[in-house]
Amino acid sequence: MKKIDYFPYLLLIPAFALTVTIVAWPLFETFRLSFTNASMRPSWKYVGIDNYVEIFEDDFWEVIRLTFLWMTCSVALKIICGTFGAVLLNAAIPGRALFRVLIMPPWIVPIAVGVFIWAWMYNGQFGMISGVMQRLGLIDGPLEFLAFGNTAFLATVITDVWIGTPMVALYLLAAMQSIPTELHEAAWTDGASRFYRFRRITLPLIAPAMATMALLSAIWTFNSFDIIWILTEGGPRGSTTTMIIDTYKTAISRFRYGEGAARAVMILICLSAFAGVYLALLSRLSKRGTA
Amino acid sequence: MLNKYTWWELVLLYLGVAVFLMFVLAPFAEAFAVSLRPLDGLFNIPYEFITDDMTFENYSIMWKSVPNLALYIWNSFFIACCVTILALICIIPAAYSFGRFTYRGRDGLLAMFLGINMVGAAVLIIPLYKLMLTLGLLNTYWSMIIPGAAFCVPTGIFLMRSYFLRIPKELEEAAYVDGASRLYTLWRVILPVALPGIMVVTIATFITAYAQQFLFALTFNSKDAYKPLPVGLYDFFGHQTVHWNELMAASLVGISPVLILYVFLQRYIVAGLTSGAVKE
Repeated sequence: MKKIDYFPYLLLIPAFALTVTIVAWPLFETFRLSFTNASMRPSWKYVGIDNYVEIFEDDFWEVIRLTFLWMTCSVALKIICGTFGAVLLNAAIPGRALFRVLIMPPWIVPIAVGVFIWAWMYNGQFGMISGVMQRLGLIDGPLEFLAFGNTAFLATVITDVWIGTPMVALYLLAAMQSIPTELHEAAWTDGASRFYRFRRITLPLIAPAMATMALLSAIWTFNSFDIIWILTEGGPRGSTTTMIIDTYKTAISRFRYGEGAARAVMILICLSAFAGVYLALLSRLSKRGTA
Repeated sequence: MLNKYTWWELVLLYLGVAVFLMFVLAPFAEAFAVSLRPLDGLFNIPYEFITDDMTFENYSIMWKSVPNLALYIWNSFFIACCVTILALICIIPAAYSFGRFTYRGRDGLLAMFLGINMVGAAVLIIPLYKLMLTLGLLNTYWSMIIPGAAFCVPTGIFLMRSYFLRIPKELEEAAYVDGASRLYTLWRVILPVALPGIMVVTIATFITAYAQQFLFALTFNSKDAYKPLPVGLYDFFGHQTVHWNELMAASLVGISPVLILYVFLQRYIVAGLTSGAVKE
């Protein structure tokens, strides 16, 4: 009989201890709290599925719809801008190294500080965007972006894209650079145009990386809090209230822990769906040997 | 040649680069322009990017309006450093274990860490608040450091593991033959070889820890002396009348240390972002 080797398990202890305390136990607590009426008051009791019934009597479907719309818009734009950026970064032109350095700042600086700057740029009377649009004759008068539902929604998406794009571009660039040059050379000798080579060689070969990035980005965007909270706090009239903002408002701003926990559980259900897709994608990619 | 461009392709490429950089850098340029204006100069109509009333006055006024600015900048660095150290203590042994040994339940545990990676901090904020309250950590640095580190650990493990996978096994076997213990081998043989990888993971973790300190600091800490830069400035931002010019000046000064650091370390940062992710 073989003796069990404990050494690899021992190495896991620090990571395990930290994540169990800070993530696993709170996860369990969230489930438990979601069946209680816990609030600021010291007494609480189990109330069954009342919280869940209550949130669906609210316009929770609208929050879900909005969250997925926000996420889809943001991720799609990030992938499009990121691919565009990666193509530019990959081009062998003078100044490429400098370009690579210059695109990273949005991702390096604290998210909140970047968002302060955007908050000012969205100012209707004196902000840059409204000002430039007026000068170009695109709008007649001042447009207060964060005061109207549609424009506030768009504004939060654009800021999120600004922060997320550098990362996506760099990741896709790495994928492009792992394509063997022989492929491009062979196609070039056969007289394939640059665009044709992009469509028939580059794009199919970076597709797995694009799919992985889109999914990871979807998860991060789904969990995004800072940007919306600083720009609009979920307003005006709930037009930027994603599930995360909704949960935070219920639990922390209105002190309704039980109901907030029920809303958090709904988020976890969505996230586990993403996790399922992610694991399926990973196993498909590793079978094909392209991950 | 393959990478030879015609002139119009070059024009298009540089035009693309210009548009891209404008989107990325315009907010910083605007922040700088605003930081140079006096308060009534902010409210010019129609909009002008460069005006003749620009001065560096705000850069001296802001130290009075945000008296603790230097402290916030320091706190941001201090918290990010502590998060990085705590995270590395967890990441390195765990990544070594996952990357080097075959044992029961390894893949399951690895998948568990992957799963944790998906849960955003905001979802767990209620029980985390209660946890911090119970442990008596509210309004301390620890309330920002410990959760911050926990959420950096999974990504770090994946990144670090890919470096350990690349180190040849013969290295350890040679050390074992010489009679070295396994902990000694990890410490004296493996870690020095993995140093470039550790460097990359350290920087990647630091940047994440630095860029994302908002939620925990906002929720778990109300002591001004412990606030990191984003929350310190957020309070200023939350005032009835925001002095945008001073806020922008303070923001730019606040982020300048990390930008300078970035210029020096960007090679590692780019490597860290891409290596562990693309190649397994």
